[in-house]
Amino acid sequence: MASVELTNVRKVYAGGVEAVKGVDIDIKDGALCVLVGPSGCGKSTLLRMIAGLESITGGTVEIDDKVVNDLGPAERDIAMVFQNYALYPHMKVYDNMAYGLRNRGMPKDQIDKRVREAAATLELTHLLERRPRELSGGQRQRVAMGRAIVRNPKVFLFDEPLSNLDAKLRGQMRVEIKNLQRQLGVTSVYVTHDQLEAMTLADILVVMNAGAVEQIGAPLDIYEKPASTFVASFIGAPPMNLIPVTADESGLILKDGTRIGAQGIVVSDKDAIIGFRPEDLEVATGTESHIGGLLLDLKVLGVEPVGAESYVYGIIGGERVVVRVAGRSVSQPDDHLRVIIPKEKLHLFGGNGKRI
Amino acid sequence: MIQNNPIGRLVAHIILIVGILIVAFPIYYAFVASTQSLQDIMRPPLSLLPGGHFWENYTTALFGGIGRIGGVSVGRLLINSTIMALAIAVGKIIISILSAYAIVFFRFPGRMVFFWLIFITLMLPVEVRILPTYKVMVDLGLIDTYTGLTVPLMASATATLLFRQFFMTIPGELVEAARVDGAGPWRFFKDILLPLSKTNIAALFVILFIYGWTQYLWPLLMTNRNDMTTIVIGLRKMISFADADTEWHLVMVTCILAILPPILVVVLMQRWFVRGLVETEK
Repeated sequence: MASVELTNVRKVYAGGVEAVKGVDIDIKDGALCVLVGPSGCGKSTLLRMIAGLESITGGTVEIDDKVVNDLGPAERDIAMVFQNYALYPHMKVYDNMAYGLRNRGMPKDQIDKRVREAAATLELTHLLERRPRELSGGQRQRVAMGRAIVRNPKVFLFDEPLSNLDAKLRGQMRVEIKNLQRQLGVTSVYVTHDQLEAMTLADILVVMNAGAVEQIGAPLDIYEKPASTFVASFIGAPPMNLIPVTADESGLILKDGTRIGAQGIVVSDKDAIIGFRPEDLEVATGTESHIGGLLLDLKVLGVEPVGAESYVYGIIGGERVVVRVAGRSVSQPDDHLRVIIPKEKLHLFGGNGKRI
Repeated sequence: MIQNNPIGRLVAHIILIVGILIVAFPIYYAFVASTQSLQDIMRPPLSLLPGGHFWENYTTALFGGIGRIGGVSVGRLLINSTIMALAIAVGKIIISILSAYAIVFFRFPGRMVFFWLIFITLMLPVEVRILPTYKVMVDLGLIDTYTGLTVPLMASATATLLFRQFFMTIPGELVEAARVDGAGPWRFFKDILLPLSKTNIAALFVILFIYGWTQYLWPLLMTNRNDMTTIVIGLRKMISFADADTEWHLVMVTCILAILPPILVVVLMQRWFVRGLVETEK
């Protein structure tokens, strides 16, 4: 058990490409930190730098308050679960799990005890004599987890471990990983591009974009207060609706020229972006005594019922938006609705995309 | 393309059987000839059934010593050939698997230079470099030694390239998993790479064993002493230009004995051999 601390970590590849541009993250002992971002944002590179599989161009990586920049992966006392599991195809499940311990020269009986314990935790006991190719995707995933936990390392590293599983299994394994991590209390770093996985697993969520950290925080804090339009559109499904506006003394003007009453909302930037979550829109009945927000005109393009809720796709001021409605929606294409974004649910971003 | 049309199956079988006959008949005929006495062979037509001199001919050839090849027995030649073929096959595999390992998994200065040097030797078959190689062997005093017979044939670009291709299909994650598991380069090679290469090694062994077994030009140059020569050369020496001088029954025995070890190797390693050619086990 240990904390992980990254200080101004940078990675520049030989070709001059800067993959990671000065990242600071502080992960407390026992926490599960999720790095999330689109492909190519540097999240995997960062993880591999923590693992010691990638050299560190600048900054320091500390595990348990000890700088590990110059240590090899085996000396850092970490265990890693790979995207394609990377099980040794010619070894039985038992040997796959025992291999790392054997290389450390642990006595046989102790290895046996550890492997059997880990197998029991992961319900793998009946598979110990099989080879990886005789296992299903979910079972391979478990073996990969088992290989990590027998080592009893200071830190677990997960590199998109669920991306090769089908949706149902992924949901199941997600819960299992979370429970296992809690139960063992091992500090973990988890890389994913799936925002749902990120939201549900993370104690601390790190949203990355183009090699830099966009925002660090608790998942719900990030959801409720995204620091930039990038975070706003990346976290949450469907993503937050963003509508560019220009502001003058008397209010806000949409791109198509519509002027909307700004009811006590002050925007200092001339160019700004207003954002709202799909579930935060209210339909105006026309009888409200006081509108505590923005009153907008929405033209419905189409409706997608998915059972418990419906998604209404439409246009506000020339921008496409999506609205989440509980149950079934009565809207029809080409309907015009008067909708309100309540003031407290409104997100405002400056012209540079940063939250105001 | 499996059809249940009976006529199609019949035609297919006929073609296959004819093909087998064409290939197998000369070998069978050689076997028949090897069981006849010299007088019977010299008096055509030769019977299509084996004669009664099987034991006599084979023991003479294996242990007796044959006049035309300096009184050396065929048994001795078989041992020489086996040593040469085994040493070439094993040596080639060891050298090429190690060089492919270095080229694929390590980053060192001049890596690509070495790779291309190995690659270029593909364009230089033994025959092209045979004179300088012969000179080196003479200067080193390696004529009539197993070392001289085998070492110059061991360096192999083909096998190196085959191993390189196979190693490149091994996922990078596997290498990294081994690093995280604390396996150094040697452990990784021994515990992971070698077991995964098993089928490739077997396939290469079969091919290289036959390559070594059928060598003609190099042993012809390298050996002067009759007891150091190989069975292929011995066979050639047994055939005289004057027909009457040649002990044809013993020549036929030697032919049959010469093709047995390669067949044995293929049959024994067939399962691995086919797997190595067909699948990549991952």
